[in-house]
Amino acid sequence: MRKYLWIALIAAVGLAGCSSTPTTEAPVDDRSAAAGAGAGSTGAQTGGTTGSGVTGSAVGTGAGANPLRDPNNILSKRSVYFDFDSFVVKDEYRPLVEAHARYLQQNRNARMTIQGNTDERGSREYNIALGQKRADSVKRMMMLLGAGEAQIETVSFGKEKPRNQGHDEAAWAENRRDDILYAGE
Amino acid sequence: MIPLLRRWFAFGLLALSSLGVPLAHAQLSIEIVGGAGAQIPIAIVPFGNEGTWPLGISGVVGADLQRSGMFRLVNTDGVVPRPVRAEEVQGPLWRSRNADAVVVGSMTPMADGKVDVRFALVDVVKQSTLVAMSFVVTQQQFRVTAHKIADIIYEKLTGDRGVFSTRIAYITRQGTRYQLLVADADGNDPQTVVSSGEPLLSPRWSPDGTRLAYVSLENRKPVVYVQSLETGTRRAVANFRGSNSSPAWSPDGRRLAVTLTKDGGSQVYLMNADGGNPTRVLTSSGIDTEAMFTPDGQSLVFTSDRGGTPQIYRANLLSGQVERLTFDGSYNVSPRPLPDGKGMVFVRRDGGRFQVATLDYATRQVQVLTAGPGDESPSVAPNGKMVIYASEGGGRGILAAVSIDGRVKQRLVAPAVDVREPAWGPFPRS
Repeated sequence: MRKYLWIALIAAVGLAGCSSTPTTEAPVDDRSAAAGAGAGSTGAQTGGTTGSGVTGSAVGTGAGANPLRDPNNILSKRSVYFDFDSFVVKDEYRPLVEAHARYLQQNRNARMTIQGNTDERGSREYNIALGQKRADSVKRMMMLLGAGEAQIETVSFGKEKPRNQGHDEAAWAENRRDDILYAGE
Repeated sequence: MIPLLRRWFAFGLLALSSLGVPLAHAQLSIEIVGGAGAQIPIAIVPFGNEGTWPLGISGVVGADLQRSGMFRLVNTDGVVPRPVRAEEVQGPLWRSRNADAVVVGSMTPMADGKVDVRFALVDVVKQSTLVAMSFVVTQQQFRVTAHKIADIIYEKLTGDRGVFSTRIAYITRQGTRYQLLVADADGNDPQTVVSSGEPLLSPRWSPDGTRLAYVSLENRKPVVYVQSLETGTRRAVANFRGSNSSPAWSPDGRRLAVTLTKDGGSQVYLMNADGGNPTRVLTSSGIDTEAMFTPDGQSLVFTSDRGGTPQIYRANLLSGQVERLTFDGSYNVSPRPLPDGKGMVFVRRDGGRFQVATLDYATRQVQVLTAGPGDESPSVAPNGKMVIYASEGGGRGILAAVSIDGRVKQRLVAPAVDVREPAWGPFPRS
């Protein structure tokens, strides 16, 4: 752990010296990467042993990457999809939920919103409630995995904000979905 | 009948073009697609002098009565001289045209600029004058006066109170622009109450017609607002952690039932309509939502999945007793109590089709009023005789209306926008 912190500190100091050179990475990203490097690397370690598929830790991809935005990191995946009339988290999404729960556990200041959505069929108000149930389902799983209750707010858009405006099974499947957002996004 | 209808549509179009109402203002046009079984044939004779002013009062009266589906307008052409008072109505002439009732009237300008509008309703079968009334009004009040006359005629001949003087609220979507509008029951004079880049839903009239509660997603989560129609100012009355939705007014207008998720899960609370601390009134481990007060204020009907599937229940607020009301099918939602307290309108899913239906509490009979497949959000007129609801047509959201017995059908469409979430306003205070 201390070794990784040491590397992160050197990286931070080194990059600070380069502030006059325009880079594609803003200083804010560097700082969060520095802070996240400790967590990310710890995550990578535990991720590696449990095989949850976490790859490309902050250390591995360079000290500029935010794991939440890194396309090689499961944390950049933010959507959980549901079956019709269901709010059960299917097995294929467990690794994703686990990764985000772990991130919250290791970053106690991080705040997340889970937005629940439904397909277009049925009562608008009942769908607000159904979308909420989907968001709560993922929250509950994350809390069991160590995330703090106060770190997660769950809200529902019901059927009001479909991502797919179509009226077929494919569109409905895409709209039965939770989206995970972190504060500031 | 046909000339009168053409005149009304033409006037409507003229009004649109002369006022330059943009399409985005979503003027609703209303068409009858089904009439009552036995329509009352009525002749509405153009009022004496009414051609002096641009708004033909008798035309608005006739359009209201025809749109109700309860009346068939009888041709009034070629009656010379034109009768303007009850005494001038020749029974045999009108009976030969198969009219049961005749409406005559006159408009007389007065010295102070106001106008004396008088009308009479004559039963040409019994040969008696049923109503004779006069109003002194300004020109700006002509439309309101016409609706009032239509209400009086309607009540006299059907026994039910007319709703021609009421207003409807509805929501439109054009791209990502959402608007909450209020218009006259005939679609006239739409006014934008809220305009937003995020969805709006669940508009609900306060019992006195002065405020609207609604749900807005502008804060990236559902929040319940109450807005004054007079001043346009609004307050977020329910903005707790999680989702806040499904507002419903108590009959005295002092409280709202709302669905909140702040304590985990969608549950029903009561709160002061001005905001403040909510009180939990129902408890279940699943979803409770869509609570509506019964007209006596003593119970809530609501949707719950406590039995495994979404069904409608009634909870007595005093005793706390809860009973289930719907038993057919696996999806019964959106309860809307009827004003007489004897039943409710609701939405059911049958074989994948969402339909509007009624339930009689005493007989437990369900009557399906619409065909679907995507009918939702019904709202009952304050006389309990018509139900407006959201439907689909021509590839977009439209409104439709159906009489409580299922016979009269209307479509309400606006060009180029999705219309949804109708709410029928209360009788105006007079």
